[in-house]
Amino acid sequence: MSILIGSDTRVLVQGMTGNEGQFHARQMRDYGTQIVAGVTPGKGGQDIDGIPIFDTVSEGVKQTDANASIIFVPPAFSADAILEAADAGIKLIVCLTEGIPVNDMLVVRKHLDSTGVRLVGPNTPGLISPGKCKLGVMAGYIHKPGHIGIISRSGTLTYEVVHQLTSLGIGQSTCVGIGGDPIIGLTFSDLLCMFEADADTHGMILIGEIGGSAEENAARIIAESITKPVVAFIAGQTAPPGRRMGHAGAIVSGGSGTAAAKIEELRSAGVTVAESPAHIGRKMDEILSN
Amino acid sequence: MRIHEYQAKALFAKYGIPISASNTVSTVNEAIAAADALGYPVVIKAQIHAGGRGKGGGIQLAANTSEVQEAARRMLGMNLRTPQTGPAGRTVRLLLIEPAANIAQELYLGMTIDRCNRAITVMASSCGGVDIEETASSNPEAILKETVDPFLGLRPFQAFRLAHRLGLPFKTARGVAKSIQSLYRLFCEQDCVLAEINPLAITSEGEPLAIDAKLNLDDSGLFRHPELRELRDLNEEDPLEIEATAANLNYIKLDGNVGCLVNGAGLAMATMDLIKHVGASPANFLDVGGGATSDMIEKGVQILINDPDVRAVFINIFGGILRCDVLAEGVVAAANKLRISVPVIVRLEGTNVDQGRRILNESGLSFLTAADLGEAATMVAKAVGVIS
Repeated sequence: MSILIGSDTRVLVQGMTGNEGQFHARQMRDYGTQIVAGVTPGKGGQDIDGIPIFDTVSEGVKQTDANASIIFVPPAFSADAILEAADAGIKLIVCLTEGIPVNDMLVVRKHLDSTGVRLVGPNTPGLISPGKCKLGVMAGYIHKPGHIGIISRSGTLTYEVVHQLTSLGIGQSTCVGIGGDPIIGLTFSDLLCMFEADADTHGMILIGEIGGSAEENAARIIAESITKPVVAFIAGQTAPPGRRMGHAGAIVSGGSGTAAAKIEELRSAGVTVAESPAHIGRKMDEILSN
Repeated sequence: MRIHEYQAKALFAKYGIPISASNTVSTVNEAIAAADALGYPVVIKAQIHAGGRGKGGGIQLAANTSEVQEAARRMLGMNLRTPQTGPAGRTVRLLLIEPAANIAQELYLGMTIDRCNRAITVMASSCGGVDIEETASSNPEAILKETVDPFLGLRPFQAFRLAHRLGLPFKTARGVAKSIQSLYRLFCEQDCVLAEINPLAITSEGEPLAIDAKLNLDDSGLFRHPELRELRDLNEEDPLEIEATAANLNYIKLDGNVGCLVNGAGLAMATMDLIKHVGASPANFLDVGGGATSDMIEKGVQILINDPDVRAVFINIFGGILRCDVLAEGVVAAANKLRISVPVIVRLEGTNVDQGRRILNESGLSFLTAADLGEAATMVAKAVGVIS
């Protein structure tokens, strides 16, 4: 078992004829993901390694029964790409794009709330259920099938944590990058509940960072309704206020969004918080060995 | 992106938000000419990208020509330190001069992206003036809020309700509501992430007047507004940060002595935390991003070496899209060109890690290579002498 994606996920790639879309479509297919369609307006009728390209998402869905989409299009067109996928009936949309204007995302997110569509990202490396399906740009080989769910606002820091777990012999059920933007689709709280309900997931690792209040909300959900062990790390303990640390969402403003406040709330919800990023895997190992 | 008060006020004028006639000047003589033309008394305001200017001596009232001369002489070129500039302060190069307003009451008006509600939130308070941050933390009820539905936009009734709740008389409330709606229109059309008018004055005639203006623009929205890009003031930014931006690197100067180069913002922050955890202190945040080329890596190393505070360099790369061999080539190229006199600790993992390590080993240069984060942290601590 896993959450959101598995071996039956049928993926449509929006922006598949671009450099990145093409490269990563092949990488995902080589990992074992079923890539069934690509979409690029004006390139319908072509194919890439036998994967058919369509002009519109709705046509692609009709012809191939795709049930998930991954978006590799420039920031100016990404909000529209998400809406197009939702309109075509896709229920899981992964948007990798970094740099979508926040005002555009406010409208998109509000619309998705009423459709039951699940959006991962934007500004995410995507998600992976090791051994089954890779819907993103992460290096597949560092993962190992297993029972720990990972939820993260960051990309390479997630790879670091996966690597620590795999080196310790601990596998992962699903690893989800929720994205580094201020307005995103699925949140820590949504995914914690999905992992809680997944019989094959035995514990979760939450990788947060400064800015916003997603980690504080997660702490509330954990205290109320999560019974599985949770290990957390909050990046940016040493970040100065008022400076954006790379991600659009990672900024401490007006005293809110500090790492210290997030760590305190997570601890009081019973979460094991690693202070050093070198110890995240080890903390989970200690919990599992007890 | 931040812009200056005078730039924000020019946008206010376009959207019909009431402001005073004003002039920006960069010399004492221009200041006198501007003040003489505007009529006394005038207010002289230093234009820097930081709030709390009044507390640092960056805002002054002048009743006549000689007071303007004295104030302009003092402020132009001064290093203005406010609670928001940090100890380094900012050099004042421009002054905004406007007639002193006839103020009966000072309100606060703000708009921001509320991540919790996933909406724009409009805030207002009858406690306007310098200490709004203090009010926000000590007496949050004094800040009134309206949440904007992204589909409906800010409705007129919401703007009026906010003004009405401030306890203003009807005519004034109507005027303030109109300014709120104009600011909202500006906020959306120009892709802002923060807009503040503090204070929004009510004149003795009962009319609103924006005394100050703060706008932060969404960097991701700038592609739609090439004219707003022109408002960037490089004088307000650290020279190393400008150099980094030009090379497509994401660099922020900090006050420690361990220079770090990392791929990915989250891992870069975590690396800073790791350095702090062993008792050392990061000199910067530097994210080379996922698609870095060896030229970008070389540039990144050069920026770190050019920082006089740096006493050790820590390169922490988890190769995904950025391959370890590409990283290693960039580091070796930089080391061959520059005279690096500080220890360089390298920790590589991920895509093509063996090739990357081989390139470093065969370069004949003396890098300290760490097997994992824990070992790297210890090496960093030793290099800057916090442990022996």
